[in-house]
Amino acid sequence: MPQLTDPDLARAVETVYETGVGLSEPDIGAVLRLPDDEIGAALEAAHRVRVRWCGPEVEVEGIVSVKTGGCPEDCHFCSQSGLFASPVRGIWLDIPALVEAARQTAATGATEFCIVAAVRGPDDRLMTQIREGVAAIRDAVEINIAASLGILTQDQVDELVAIGVHRYNHNLETARSLFPTVVTTHTWDERFDTLRMVRASGMEVCCGGILGLGETIDQRAEFATQLASLAPDEVPLNFLNPRPGTPLADAEVLDARDALRAIATFRLALPRTILRYAGGREITLGDLGTRDGLLGGVNAVIVGNYLTTLGRPADRDLALLDELKMPVKALSSSL
Amino acid sequence: MIETGTWCDRCGGAIGEHGHAACVSARALEPPRYCGHCRRRLKVQVLPAGWRAACVEHGLISS
Repeated sequence: MPQLTDPDLARAVETVYETGVGLSEPDIGAVLRLPDDEIGAALEAAHRVRVRWCGPEVEVEGIVSVKTGGCPEDCHFCSQSGLFASPVRGIWLDIPALVEAARQTAATGATEFCIVAAVRGPDDRLMTQIREGVAAIRDAVEINIAASLGILTQDQVDELVAIGVHRYNHNLETARSLFPTVVTTHTWDERFDTLRMVRASGMEVCCGGILGLGETIDQRAEFATQLASLAPDEVPLNFLNPRPGTPLADAEVLDARDALRAIATFRLALPRTILRYAGGREITLGDLGTRDGLLGGVNAVIVGNYLTTLGRPADRDLALLDELKMPVKALSSSL
Repeated sequence: MIETGTWCDRCGGAIGEHGHAACVSARALEPPRYCGHCRRRLKVQVLPAGWRAACVEHGLISS
């Protein structure tokens, strides 16, 4: 079994295992800076923590974009901003197609279906689409419904609760100190305000971000610490997939070793959360890295396609989970 | 992965100008964004198990 050579860090990691309380920011930074030959030890420790505090199950989710493109915000990583010369055009998904997407997702064994819109926040038209879409899915498909609709008002939070949305995604995306260079049309604090309302409403909080936005190691540690202070139910980890036409189109893809360090780190910072593989893993990690992450702290996956890009076929991920003897979380245990 | 036509369905460039090897490779994980016949931008809906794309002139294609 590979070992961490720094005895203080090894002790801190053992304490995470015993208490279920995440690492401090300095220790998070230390894991992110581990030499290559200790990445395996970090992943193994993170996997042990994940199994102890979350169990062996893997939560499977599918996502779909109900309103694509034409977003007024300028998130520099996003091909759906209407402010960049991206080839992504605006399009709305109708309700029959939304229900079919939920049905396709449920057929994979997924327990989660997240409806996503590229907006600053929902207007009346979108809220109507969500209200009618959620009702239609609930009538036709057995699956938990999550939503990701940007910045919310309190009334909108209340309505999402009332119609049965059980989890709300709103990513902080990156460290607070880096956020103003990545997004200028709204603030990190505006996002945090929505998360506070979601938490108070009783909906589960899903909040993660994207690694590889140009953050330093210290900022990556800062981000993990900020997420840990929020104690989200789920943290989706994306890796930047540079999109044509966006300000980050020419950014370098995160090194796979740094991505694996980050996976172990986020698990050790957030021992009890659902840590989900989200977008970009195919490019950053490939098949082998995907496997390493599942054995290094990740306990949830988005299967199938993403919002504007394609993922691995769901059956490949499900076969991998089967091979790793990781059971897919059942709907009955998540309702 | 490039649709038969004059234009690259990923970047919208003329197919004859370059090999578009990077576009071909990227298309394994992306839907088309341009019509291969007329270079118009497509309206693309990505779905959990596929995609469909519409050109105002040449109609619908899907995965």
